[in-house]
Amino acid sequence: MQTSEEFELSRRGVLAGGAASVATVTLVPIGTAAAAAPAAKSPPTAKVAFEVNGKKRELELDTRTSLLDALREHLHLTGTKKGCDHGQCGACTVIVDGRRINSCLTLAVMHEGDKITTIEGLGTPDKMHAMQDAFVTHDGYQCGYCTPGQICSAVAVLDEIKAGIPSHVTADLGAAPAVTKVELRERMSGNICRCGAYSNIIDAITDVAGVKA
Amino acid sequence: MKFDTPATTNPIDQMKIVGKPTNRIEGPLKTTGTAPYAYERHDVAANQAYGYVVGSAIAKGRIASMNLDAARAAPGVIAIVTADNAGKLAKGDFNTAKLLGGPDIEHYHQAIALVVADSFEQARAAASLVRVEYAREKGAFDLAAAIDTAIKPKASFGTEPDTAVGNFAAAFAAAPVQLDARYTTPDHSHAMMEPHATIAAWEGDKLTVWTSNQMIAWSVGDMAKTLGIPKENIRFDSPYIGGGFGGKLFNRADVLLAALGAKAAKRPVKVALPRPLMINNTTHRPATIQRVRLGATADGKLTAIGHESWSGDLPGGGPETAVAQTRLLYAGENRMTAMRLAVLDLPEGNAMRAPGEAPGLMALEIAVDELAEKLGMDPIALRVLNDTQVDPEKPSRPFSQRQLNKCLETGAAKFGWSKRAKPGATRDGRWLVGMGVAAAFRNNLNGPSAARVRLAKSGVVTVETDMTDIGTGTYTIVAQTAAEMMGVPLDKVVVKLGDSAFPVSAGSGGQWGANSSTAGVYAACVKLREAVVQKLGLASDAVFADGKVKAGRRSVALGDAATDGELVAEDKMEYGDLAEKFQQSTFGAHFVEVGVDAMTGEVRVRRMLAVCAAGRILNPKAARSQVIGAMTMGAGAALMEELAVDKRFGFFVNHDLAGYEVPVHADIPHQDVIFLDEADPTTSPMKAKGVGELGICGVAAAVANAVYNATGVRVRNYPITLDKLLGKLPDMV
Repeated sequence: MQTSEEFELSRRGVLAGGAASVATVTLVPIGTAAAAAPAAKSPPTAKVAFEVNGKKRELELDTRTSLLDALREHLHLTGTKKGCDHGQCGACTVIVDGRRINSCLTLAVMHEGDKITTIEGLGTPDKMHAMQDAFVTHDGYQCGYCTPGQICSAVAVLDEIKAGIPSHVTADLGAAPAVTKVELRERMSGNICRCGAYSNIIDAITDVAGVKA
Repeated sequence: MKFDTPATTNPIDQMKIVGKPTNRIEGPLKTTGTAPYAYERHDVAANQAYGYVVGSAIAKGRIASMNLDAARAAPGVIAIVTADNAGKLAKGDFNTAKLLGGPDIEHYHQAIALVVADSFEQARAAASLVRVEYAREKGAFDLAAAIDTAIKPKASFGTEPDTAVGNFAAAFAAAPVQLDARYTTPDHSHAMMEPHATIAAWEGDKLTVWTSNQMIAWSVGDMAKTLGIPKENIRFDSPYIGGGFGGKLFNRADVLLAALGAKAAKRPVKVALPRPLMINNTTHRPATIQRVRLGATADGKLTAIGHESWSGDLPGGGPETAVAQTRLLYAGENRMTAMRLAVLDLPEGNAMRAPGEAPGLMALEIAVDELAEKLGMDPIALRVLNDTQVDPEKPSRPFSQRQLNKCLETGAAKFGWSKRAKPGATRDGRWLVGMGVAAAFRNNLNGPSAARVRLAKSGVVTVETDMTDIGTGTYTIVAQTAAEMMGVPLDKVVVKLGDSAFPVSAGSGGQWGANSSTAGVYAACVKLREAVVQKLGLASDAVFADGKVKAGRRSVALGDAATDGELVAEDKMEYGDLAEKFQQSTFGAHFVEVGVDAMTGEVRVRRMLAVCAAGRILNPKAARSQVIGAMTMGAGAALMEELAVDKRFGFFVNHDLAGYEVPVHADIPHQDVIFLDEADPTTSPMKAKGVGELGICGVAAAVANAVYNATGVRVRNYPITLDKLLGKLPDMV
């Protein structure tokens, strides 16, 4: 439910933008909505410019558009997957300014000037990233739908460990965290794989970490 | 081609390519995000609009009124589909409830409208403006309370609701050692990662849907019936499926509403079910209440085996066939099974990975563990003692192959079973540690399956079949089969799947896909080989190898047979009565070690091993993945998966991936799988069986038995959450 404060905010925003408000319509009692609903107008949009996989992109978007939908529906970068749209599954994981995030939980217009790396930016079928290659070798996937998110997460996880960022299972917060299976499992737990390839995914990441080390 | 006598030697037996742990051929696409799933097909139809589904807010009753004015007036809205304006729609044969509800409502979140708009954001916002007034009716939502109203369901899929051999009641009463226990399994959700999704487009009266579906031909037929148009006017295309587990066997609301939305909007429409809608809108594995009675002699011979199961479904639905395996798994002269079905007004129950056996073994294999303890026997020894090499209900009918004992014994040696101590006796710091075992059992099913193969003058072989790859490895094993048959390397084979324009396959379900679909490819390749030999004027015993066809002293490049134009062959594998003469089943043994926190009761799985005997393994790498994935799902069933039923309003409360907990990385240790060397000549020329469902069968019971061994606490109601252990754990020293 909306608080009255939110209502005021959205109403001001709507008046400023000169557009019909979804919020005002919802408050009209049933039965009178038709009479009260103003003519449909375009929702508020905003421009945003960011870099995706090294390429500058400029979009004018409905401000409600998530980064995930900007990638999938506007830039047609469909490698980033929508599994839940609620930050519960990790299929939409991308790397923004070096950190992995759930792209479904952030609005595209919040990323002005950001550098975004998606699965397409890591490698291509002809020139795969080491992590992509390791997932193929270790069969770290089955249906493939969570896979881009797993791989983006895995790449970022190894960077996080390298950067000394601790996790819930890091025993000694004073020491540098190590690439252990327990650390990897903990850090990868935001990426659900219902096909259950976890054992193979951890083998793939360990393999890549070994190569790096 | 008809398969009606056991296979002899054939080109597959070379196993130069089949049977090798090849990487998946579509792997580079899946790992780079370039494999196209249903909702992502921007290229297939221009000007796609977005549909957003509205679900019913009541479980049973009817829509009193629906006000679409505000939604219609919202920005970007093009059309709104409801039962009121959709025209006459029939119900598909594979659906229990209608895919578009209204005015009558059959279950919570049954789709009642689709709002189509220019953008996803607009469609979603407008969908929230649909105003519905309902007349709610009383429904039945509580299985335990409905048990007394449960009736004997009619037989379906060859499953009799009641079976009896000998005199169970007398034998059980007379048995010196008896076990009589009640178990419950909750409702489960498939929770595949890719939501049900479809893009639909009409060209005149012809409909194309790019969708995510396991069974293409079934679903084309059901769509034709639902819409009242000829099957020939419908094309399904489903090359990549982001998980199914039975949840995408049939058409769901996305595909019907996309088709109706596209018609109303007069342009292509794409629809994905929002995650929070999926669990109540689609199907689930129904909860069961089971009673298992085992009677044995003092030395452990089973004399009486009884298994009863109660489950619920919507009117017209079917039972969860949880007693199925009990008819075949162990010897015993006196036996009975029974299933009873109650009407529940919850969402539609239906198949989820290993329907029947998965929940059935969750109960039966705890019961066997309990009986072993009563007998003072090792549970492996008890199972081995009661092995049967014939159908216990019909001893004249042998199993085609049955290596259950070898699975158990191989696993015991590998897992270190001899170190298992008595319950509650093993400590590792704060952890109570225990080991558990359970048998795995799942029948093998074969289905007719067709394929078309094309030979180009480049020597490339292209396979076309409407078979699907739901993560199972179909692309790869189909390619391996064609490569072996035509004597070409794997990279000379192209596989095209999931298009209803291709020959009809067995589809993906019931672990019948791998053996059935590759057998169809085998049949088509036999025809292509005949065409090649004829074209090249070679002897019929020509050898296909190394990209060449050799007969006598002649050796010709395979592609030369296509210099005048592509050679095309199509055939279908069909089956005689070998599956009646022989009981074809797959077997396994699951071993699990758990640690239970002595203070909190938290259960952690520490080790898992599966030993499987499932015919020829076409690709050990992909097959192993199927098994570890199923073990993971089994661990979920044991420890966390449970749809919580709101018994007042009739819906699954935890209807998203935060509320319905499935295993994550941190829950799953390294997993080991051993495949016993087998080739079953009674199943098909491939000599293979299914393995994707075998892997989940028995896992949860193995976990439950391990928890018992760790703690001495027997939990018979899944999932085994810590609240069921607290207060019963051994005293802390």
